[in-house]
Amino acid sequence: MTLGWIHPGLVLVLGAWALPLLRGRIKRAAMVLLPVAALILCLTSSPGTHGVVRVLGQELVLGRVDATSQVFAIVFALMACIGMVFALHVEDDSRHIAALTYAGSALGVTFAGDLLTLYVFWELMAVASTLLVWQRREPSAVAAGFRYLLVHVVGGLALLAGIVLHGSQTGSFAFGDMGASSGGLAWGLILGAFLLNAAVPPLGAWLPDAYAEATVTGAVFMTAFTTKSAVYALIRAFAGTELLVWLGAVMAVYGVVYAVLENDARRLLAYHIISQVGYMVCGVGIGTELAINGATAHAFAHILYKALLFMGAGAVLHVTGLRKLSEMGGLYRTMPRTLGLYMVGAFAISAVPLFSGFVSKSMVVSAAGETHRAAIFLMLTLASAGTFLHTGLKLPYYMFFGKPSGGRPEPRGAEPPGNMLAAMALAALACVVIGVFPGLLYRQLPNPVDYVPYTLEHVTSTLGLLSFTALGFFLLLRHLDPVPTISLDTDWFYRRGAALFMRRVQRPLARFESGMVGELSELVVRRPVLGVARILRRLDEAVDFAIVGAGRSTLSLSRVLKTTASGHAQHYGLFMAAGILVLVVLAILAR
Amino acid sequence: MISLERLLEDPVRFSRLRRASYASLALVLAAEILLPLVFGADHAHFRFERFPGWGSLYGFASCVAIIVVSKWIGKAWLMRREDYYDD
Repeated sequence: MTLGWIHPGLVLVLGAWALPLLRGRIKRAAMVLLPVAALILCLTSSPGTHGVVRVLGQELVLGRVDATSQVFAIVFALMACIGMVFALHVEDDSRHIAALTYAGSALGVTFAGDLLTLYVFWELMAVASTLLVWQRREPSAVAAGFRYLLVHVVGGLALLAGIVLHGSQTGSFAFGDMGASSGGLAWGLILGAFLLNAAVPPLGAWLPDAYAEATVTGAVFMTAFTTKSAVYALIRAFAGTELLVWLGAVMAVYGVVYAVLENDARRLLAYHIISQVGYMVCGVGIGTELAINGATAHAFAHILYKALLFMGAGAVLHVTGLRKLSEMGGLYRTMPRTLGLYMVGAFAISAVPLFSGFVSKSMVVSAAGETHRAAIFLMLTLASAGTFLHTGLKLPYYMFFGKPSGGRPEPRGAEPPGNMLAAMALAALACVVIGVFPGLLYRQLPNPVDYVPYTLEHVTSTLGLLSFTALGFFLLLRHLDPVPTISLDTDWFYRRGAALFMRRVQRPLARFESGMVGELSELVVRRPVLGVARILRRLDEAVDFAIVGAGRSTLSLSRVLKTTASGHAQHYGLFMAAGILVLVVLAILAR
Repeated sequence: MISLERLLEDPVRFSRLRRASYASLALVLAAEILLPLVFGADHAHFRFERFPGWGSLYGFASCVAIIVVSKWIGKAWLMRREDYYDD
């Protein structure tokens, strides 16, 4: 390794193992100082190629530092800091180790200069995040964790196959633009694996499935790393791929549609991750300087406000044990601080002026405008209205203000532990700072920025869009009352479809077995066996016959002999006399 | 936060809040239509964006469309009992 560069990801992955050795305040200090150290390392990394190692004849690049990797690394490390503060009250070391390993491997993906390094950290991320789901230790969480792992193992295998194929075709494992091999199998496999991690439909159902089942603190980490590191990978390898424009726009609307139907608070927010990542995927697909800047800026802003929203829903779950909107209501009286901080996140995701989403999301939408894509522009703007409708209105309304359905009593709430509020306050502060001083974020972006978010038209039309979305919400409020249902998504195929498939094929399979397989076994196994058995039986019969025959003749002979052995001495004397007489006669006649 | 509670649970204050909300809606719509005319700013990418009050109209239409269409898809196809996957 080159001296003078320490991998911030490895600091987290390896440093995490020191936590079980520490106690009390020192441990809590270490939990925060580890990600802070990683953040400082990310901020101070000098651009260039660091950490080059040779393993088995392959050159691995652990540290490619440039504007793109650095801005993602900074927000990942910042997120790790906020997430660890949020988890300070948790006494379970295994959760902290999993969370830090997960964050560290996301940094590993970000700094990876070659596909093999990328693959290793990619898989480590999948395993560590699965633990965050399992650690809730409820049967539903364990099952969801297994489904999550299954999906990510499939994605990881596709990635590995793509990498090996790409390496053997081009002779290089460098992690860069894949445009040259566009349309090939290796290109498709790697793109598919990236799209799976970015939760692009139909490959994205794992996200709401797992994130709603993870631990309260684990879910906050999960919202940040998997999808956004996939966005980073897409920027590196697939910028300007037209397919992504449409996938991204569809994705933005898809998340919004499902959010209408959703009753579980964290699942609703998870569908809005899909919607928001749609903007980023779309930006990557458009591929212009403004669009790539937009995708990057939106990833940065999104990580912070989405974590804040998940922390808000997590705080309610932590305090009340409730996850369904139909059971919540009235919490604004007992959890006003949580409500206030949640609303900062809600305004940020809804792109309210002076909050972070306003300065990042609009870059992608403007890029769609600049490239004259009217349909994309309209889809993304519609999704913006939907975002405010759900995260800014529906969720806070039913969680904090409305009444539980079915005449249930209002839940008793209380503010969550201080560390949770502090983490939320940190994230909220970041959302406002970015919204008020967008230059701080724009300075970090990969391309030079001449975009101005605060124009008169942009502000007034955004305010109009949001205000009249709110009007629509209150007019149609009773149609939005949460109902206790779940919604089918593409996870149906492996949750229900597989079982149905087995039930369907059972009868044909049985028929196939009795027909085809049965005939074959009759011909190949049964008949020859019976033939051999018949021969053996005959042989057996012959042996039997011989033995029985010998027995019978012995028996009859012995019956004859028995008559001679009567046991009477006079008979024996008679026999002896007769014998002597015979001998005498013979002797006389033989002369 | 006592004030928030009073604002929402006192009917007089609540109706005052409601009236203020409608007034601000009108104000936002007026601002969107009039201010660009006054200051003559023009950054629109598409012709439909120049339609007076475009953002407000599209926001309202989007909101209604999302709720109506999603609920329809949900009832017709996607929504299931909560124990759908349990048996």
